[in-house]
Order: sequence, then C-alpha cells, then structure tokens
Amino acid sequence: MSKTRYSAFKVLKEALTGHKGWEPTWRDAEPKADGYDVIIVGGGGHGLATAYYLAKNHGITNIAVLEKGWIGGGNVGRNTTIIRSNYLLPGNEPFYEFSMQLWENLEQDLNYNAMVSQRGIMNLIHSDAQRDAFIRRGNGMLFADAGCEYLEAKEVKERYPFLDMNNARFPIKAALAQPRGGTVRHDAVAWGYARGASDLGVDIIQNCEVTGFNIENGKCLGLQTTKGDIKAGRVGVCVAGSSGRVMAKAGIKLPIESHVLQAFVTEGLKPVMDNVITFGAGHFYCSQSDKGGLVFGGDIDGYNSYAQRGNLPVVEDVCSGGMAIMPMIGRARLLRMWGGLMDMSMDGSPFIDSTEIDELFFNGGWCYGGFKATPASGYCYAHLLATNSSHEVATAYKLDRFRRGAMIDEKGVGAQPNLH
Amino acid sequence: MIINHPLLGPRDSEEFVYLGSTDLIDRPTNWEEDASSEDFYQYQYIRDNIAGNHRELWYHEQGDQSWLVVTRNTITHEITNVELAQDVSRAMGRGK
Ligand SMILES: Cc1cc2nc3c(=O)[nH]c(=O)nc-3n(C[C@H](O)[C@H](O)[C@H](O)COP(=O)(O)OP(=O)(O)OC[C@H]3O[C@@H](n4cnc5c(N)ncnc54)[C@H](O)[C@@H]3O)c2cc1C
Repeated sequence: MSKTRYSAFKVLKEALTGHKGWEPTWRDAEPKADGYDVIIVGGGGHGLATAYYLAKNHGITNIAVLEKGWIGGGNVGRNTTIIRSNYLLPGNEPFYEFSMQLWENLEQDLNYNAMVSQRGIMNLIHSDAQRDAFIRRGNGMLFADAGCEYLEAKEVKERYPFLDMNNARFPIKAALAQPRGGTVRHDAVAWGYARGASDLGVDIIQNCEVTGFNIENGKCLGLQTTKGDIKAGRVGVCVAGSSGRVMAKAGIKLPIESHVLQAFVTEGLKPVMDNVITFGAGHFYCSQSDKGGLVFGGDIDGYNSYAQRGNLPVVEDVCSGGMAIMPMIGRARLLRMWGGLMDMSMDGSPFIDSTEIDELFFNGGWCYGGFKATPASGYCYAHLLATNSSHEVATAYKLDRFRRGAMIDEKGVGAQPNLH
Repeated sequence: MIINHPLLGPRDSEEFVYLGSTDLIDRPTNWEEDASSEDFYQYQYIRDNIAGNHRELWYHEQGDQSWLVVTRNTITHEITNVELAQDVSRAMGRGK
C-alpha cells in the first residue's frame, strides 16, 4: 500500500475531486507461513506502538501484531484519555516525562491527527498535609523537567468558578497543576500507530487470539492461535488487562490482579472546563470532550474481574465525588458508561521485562494509568526486544522487583492492588 | 452484587471489604527458616489471577465483622458459594 501523506492540501484536493483518493489507513494482514522475527501479542496502544518503534528505531520489520478482536477494542479505546507526567518516584517520573515528550511530537512523527491537547491538568488540594505532599510531588516533577504550577485557592476559584470551594468536608485549599498535561483522542492513537507500523511493513492481524505458546527446553519458538501456529524468533506479550490469563498459558504467574474500572460521559454541554480537574479527597476526575460531554471516572470496582463491566456502588461513589467538588454536574444527564480490564500490579507500577522463558518478553501491570504511557511503553519495549537491555528510563520496571524489595509504590499502600 | 452470608442471609456487597484470593489464608509458617523469604514472596505478591471461578476473601465490615470465603466467577460476577472463612481455614488444617 502506498503511503498517503495527510495534509491540509490533501483534504482540499480530495474535497474537490469527490473523495475518491483516500485509501485504508492501514493494511489488514493474514499470518505468513514462515513466521516472523518478532510477534507482539495484543493490538492495543502499547502493542501497536511497540511494533512501530521496533520498525522505525531498530530496523526490524518482519513483525506481526496479533489481536484477538479488533485493534483499539481494548483499553486503548476505553480510557478517559488523560496524559500527564506528574509522578513522584524516581523509578516512574523520568519514564512518564519521556512519554510526555513523545506525545508532544507524536502527530508530526506519525503524520496523524491524534488530537493531542495540552490543556493542562489540575489536582485539587484539600488539607494542609495534602499541600505538603503535593509540593513534594511538584518538586519531583521539577527535577524531571516536567514543569508544574502551584495555585492558591483564589486563583483556582477565578479559573473555575463552578467549583465548590467551601464544601463542609473537603474545602479546596489550593491546587497543583501541570500545564503540559491534557488529553488525546484515544482510538486515534491506536490507528495512528497502526498506520505508522503498517507503512513500515508490520503485519497487523485481527481476530487472531493467542491460545498457547510453543515452548521447548525453556525457549519460546512460536504461538498457537485461532489462525493456526505461527513461528516467532521472539515474542512480546502486551495484553494489559488479560496479562494473567495469557501468561498463565506459558506457565508464568504474575504479581498482578485484574480488576474493572468504569468511566462515564454526560450529554454534550457548552464549554465549561478547559482542562482536567481531579478531586484530592476522594477519587473523581473530569475533563470535557471536544463534543462537550463531561468525561469522568474514579475508583476501580475493587474485586478481581474480567467482566469489562462494573457495578452500581462505584457509580454512586464516583458521582458523589463529582458532587463534592462541582455540584453543577448533578444537573447533567449521563449518556454512557462502560468498563475496562485493569492489570493492577502489586505496587501500582508497570513491568517491561524479559521472563524466565527465553525469547518471551512481558509488558503489563499498567493499572489505570497506561494510556499516558503508550508512546514510552512502546519505545522502551521495542528497545528491550531489539537490544535485550532496558531503556534507561525503564530500568526499574523489572518483574522481580518485589523479590528484591525494590517496589515503586507511589501511594505507599502496599501489596493491595485494589488500593492503588 | 448480593453476597448470601451463611449466618445473616443475602447482603449487599457494599457492606463488605474485599481482600483477595483465599490463598492469603495460607500464610507460610516457616518464617524462622532462611528459605521462607521465597515462600513469603510468593504468598505476598504472586497471584493466580483466575478468569473463572475464584475463591476470595470478603470482610463483613458493616455487619457482623466475619471473614467470608466467596466463590465468584470473575467473568460473569455470579456467586456460587459462600462459606465462613474460619470453617475454610480449619478445613485447611489451620487455626481459625
Ligand atoms: C475506564 C478506563 C479509564 C482509563 N483512563 C485512563 C486515563 O485517563 N489515563 C491513562 O493514562 N490511562 C487510563 N486508563 C488505562 C489505559 O487505558 C490502559 O492502561 C492502557 O490502554 C493499556 O494498554 P493497551 O492500550 O495496550 O491495552 P489494550 O487496548 O487493552 O490492549 C490489549 C489488547 O490485547 C488483546 N488481547 C488480549 N488477550 C489476547 C490474546 N490471547 N491474543 C491476542 N490478543 C489479546 C486485547 O483484545 C486488547 O486489544 C484507563 C482505563 C480504563 C478501562
């Protein structure tokens, strides 16, 4: 397929010539009989980004991405699209800042409009202790050149007059903002990376579920799939919420539990909030989509689940969080709600690592924060798959870190995945 | 979800706090030996993360404060069995 470059000129030309010159964005492929140098399992954002960077940065192009459904049908198309690099710990913050820098150049790199919108994110502060903790976090961000801004209550109120500043239980005292944070059109990220990878020769194979691994003498030689066996020089698993059940087929148990996270969107409203706002005393966060809907979410449902749908108690919890900071949300009607599978790790941080089986690699444990990580995750996973060594910003993401006592626990809640 | 408490009857799952797999009952007892660090690592951090029938611990915080072992399908959320954790623990040869 020839590579069509998207541009304003191309749009104009097509408009004048009856839109006959558009081609499929990427090529739908079937498995090759003689296999691949690298197979990526999972056509989510991370899998597609990995394939793209393997081809672009490392010149490895004999690659397949196997997806059991359709690309973009997993979490990459279910998340609330927030990107930020406002982490605290040294194992995390440089990685997420690297991701932010990749977002900032993503559309130019992919020649694809992913609607990267650096509208800013604002974390509300409700107590003096929380102010201290957030100032510490802000200093961590400054160390990593991520940038941040401390806002006094007066400034917060001026920017967002609808906030309930004097809520009896959770008054808003201040906020920590990251002006470079924001939102990205989530499924455009999947399509953009798919197009970039496909143009570099990567086979994207949909409706192809991996059902087993062909392992001999501790080495992975290929995969069993619903489209037959496929040989692979190297395999990179990248299936997010399905990590547990896929790796179990290779006999590997993980420090991960799968949980469900829900998200919500209201009817379209006139513009009221031009950034992302998060509640600091409960779990609620909100932004407004370009269509006007308030997109919001909160806690995970709290028990192991592979159901991709949630239960009502959490709906109530999330909505009461919303009412506590922005009571006007009670007037809006809810349009849609949905759930996705979270690969919740034991410390809330991810893994990009080799496994005890030769030529089998693992990427997962992204919890509810893996969308923002998509570019860096793909970049670093490609680095690992191509060079056998961790990229410098991902050295802490090892599977054995709990054995060594080297957890990266941002919240400090311990090995209790439903609290991260 | 409704949890059919063996003593109190059907209760809303909201009254409970979730802990995780029933494997957490089986805490290693060899803590005086050097080899126990590996056992504690497996116990504390590694999960079967089952897609299907999962036996798990729920604590009836807003009720009689008993621990229950609930067998629940993680794909459909259907609950098929509820036992008192102390009975399960005894059956495993441990104390209550
Ligand atoms: C409601 C919700 C809100 C969220 N909000 C945010 C947010 O605001 N910001 C943020 O940073 N993150 C957020 N996340 C988290 C983020 O979406 C995920 O961490 C991230 O998308 C996971 O990586 P992925 O895109 O590769 O996953 P996925 O898109 O889930 O990709 C995994 C793919 O693997 C496929 N697969 C599974 N099993 C097999 C198999 N056996 N064979 C072949 N293929 C298989 C699946 O079908 C799936 O397409 C949110 C998640 C949810 C559910």
